[in-house]
Amino acid sequence: MAYRHVVGPRSWAFADLAELMAKATPVRSGDRLAGLAAESAEEGSAARWCLADVPLREILAKPLIAYEDDDVTRLILDGHDAAAFAEIAHLTVGDFREFLLVATSETLARIAPGITPEMAAAVSKISRNQDLILIARKCRVVTRFRNTIGLPGTMAVRLQPNHPTDDPAGITAAILDGLSYGCGDAVIGINPASDSVAALGKLLHLLDAIIQRHAIPTQGCVLTHVTTTLEAMNRGLPVDLVFQSIAGTQGANAGFGVTLAILKEAHEAMLALKRGTVGDNGMYFETGQGSALSANAHHGIDQQTLEARAYAVARPFRPLLVNTVVGFIGPEYLYDGKEIIRAGLEDHFCGKLMGVPLGVDVCYTNHAEADQNDMDVLLTLLGAAGCTYVMGVPGADDVMLNYQSTSFHDSLYVREVLGLKRAPEFEAWLHALGMTDDHGTLLPAEPGSPLLADASGLAA
Amino acid sequence: MSEDAKVWARLAGLTPARIGLGRAGSGLPTREVLRFGLAHAQARDAVHAPMDADAIARAIAALGFATLRVASRAADRATYLRRPDLGRALAEEGRQALEQAAGDPIDLAIVVADGLSARAVHEGAAGFLAAFKPHADRAGWRLAPVVVATQARVALSDAVGSALKARAVAVLIGERPGLSSPDSLGIYLTFAPRPGRSDAERNCISNVRPAGLSHPLAAFKLDWLLTQAFARGLTGVSLKDESDAALAAAQEANMIDV
Repeated sequence: MAYRHVVGPRSWAFADLAELMAKATPVRSGDRLAGLAAESAEEGSAARWCLADVPLREILAKPLIAYEDDDVTRLILDGHDAAAFAEIAHLTVGDFREFLLVATSETLARIAPGITPEMAAAVSKISRNQDLILIARKCRVVTRFRNTIGLPGTMAVRLQPNHPTDDPAGITAAILDGLSYGCGDAVIGINPASDSVAALGKLLHLLDAIIQRHAIPTQGCVLTHVTTTLEAMNRGLPVDLVFQSIAGTQGANAGFGVTLAILKEAHEAMLALKRGTVGDNGMYFETGQGSALSANAHHGIDQQTLEARAYAVARPFRPLLVNTVVGFIGPEYLYDGKEIIRAGLEDHFCGKLMGVPLGVDVCYTNHAEADQNDMDVLLTLLGAAGCTYVMGVPGADDVMLNYQSTSFHDSLYVREVLGLKRAPEFEAWLHALGMTDDHGTLLPAEPGSPLLADASGLAA
Repeated sequence: MSEDAKVWARLAGLTPARIGLGRAGSGLPTREVLRFGLAHAQARDAVHAPMDADAIARAIAALGFATLRVASRAADRATYLRRPDLGRALAEEGRQALEQAAGDPIDLAIVVADGLSARAVHEGAAGFLAAFKPHADRAGWRLAPVVVATQARVALSDAVGSALKARAVAVLIGERPGLSSPDSLGIYLTFAPRPGRSDAERNCISNVRPAGLSHPLAAFKLDWLLTQAFARGLTGVSLKDESDAALAAAQEANMIDV
């Protein structure tokens, strides 16, 4: 059945739900590249009018990718919580937006397992940026491994100490720098330059030693392919979090060299290690709009809807952390600051609505029409939206991955402006070391602090 | 300088990452804001500055190579950035020029492409080719004219290589500039080039720049990869770059000075 909307003399028609969803999406370069975007502003607006009238039940009944063709669709439908959905089953997409604006945090937590990614994506498409912020702020997703992440009024930071050749001294120096700015409660996470298990082992031991030596209530991660991490776990290496990049279709996941079965195996291996002290949320996933198109596995579906489906892949594994790497993929998918900011808010909103602990790598590449001012805007908006965590990269310049993200200083900025705290266990650790005052504000570094003592040894 | 400041200065020497910057309240010191701004400006200019194809062609011709000029179907930079598909396709005029130039099958076609940093090409392409020429001469490879390509993606080399009937194609292309590396050249090698080849079917030598991989070393690697590609009839993930071992052996025997 085609979808129709009449505007004055003109009747706009959309052949199916996939086309309607794509054309209702605020325009971005990736959907244009795929030939899916609305061709005029009025067509986009007509699609949003039309989408607002679609019942949530109909979205559930019409999978965008057939059940037989795609294991992500099967995961979404087989795991759907009909009881949780019952509370919103009578709503259209337009009604759903208003329901969410009124809903309490308790209601949002109750309905989350009943929300499919397609429902979350649909309602995001007809929402303003302020709706995406206000609703996400009410969603509570709390996860635990060695500390507690996602409590109201907090925002965590991943300390990202990358080095172009994985030099242990260089990485350690960047970790000490980040800790001295009070960063690292989400995870100390290294993107390695090398893929070998031997290199991975060195970095895992390095992280484990720093965390143990300073008794830091946080977790480490080396962001390598899940099969490499599995091998590391089999060899008895100290793996805290298991990382993998994921996407919203079976084909795109195949492009990453990963299947749901491999993720399940890695999840079980992580649980068996029992390295968490206050919880067992030990998975860490990264996503980003455009990955399915880039892998030629997008099935004619817009990139924002596919991104929400990636959160459905993450959800059953009860991850500690999931983040969209929103501006990393380049201007052919998100062209400029405006598109990156919108996508960051959408991704965070959809993840939170589905009950996934979403953080955002607020970032851009040098060929995008964006700069650090755009990142300041997105960071501030995400702070207001209750974003679970952001990145802490030295000086915002990742010298290994060649892109710009948010810095240690940026986290101090957003804490000061919005009053956001760190994970409570990490906050208490900093305070006990004398690095922060009673409000969590960073104090000037004391000579002879234990962290710097570590640094002296390193740099001698 | 305090003892702590000395420690941070030493730590900063251990990594190119921006550490030990200091702070003004929650913000960066002014010096660091300006330093970052300058680095971003240079990276942006590297992306948007047009390639001076005439000057590049002259410099390459001076090394004793014949040259040809082509363009992709991306008419300008804004289109190039949004439409990678157009940057991979040859514009009609260039396609015809290549067909006219094509003769008997040859071993290697070389493409010099602006990619995402014309600066990398301006500063590095001729220098690399000067270092590579003795390798090609020694191996006796038959070369096509060097093709200078504007608004070009890596995969444009597939179209060039197949039009010139080349057994392999190497494209020297400006890489996506990092904040600390606006001048980085990448070299992608593809055996049996034809449109539709995937990136998994190529080998890459990246970070060719003064602060990264030197021209003589990059030329040695390309020679090694080409020799292997011709011997095994493939490039890509099945051809692992083990040139480091070969280089160590060559240095041992004093055969190469890099």
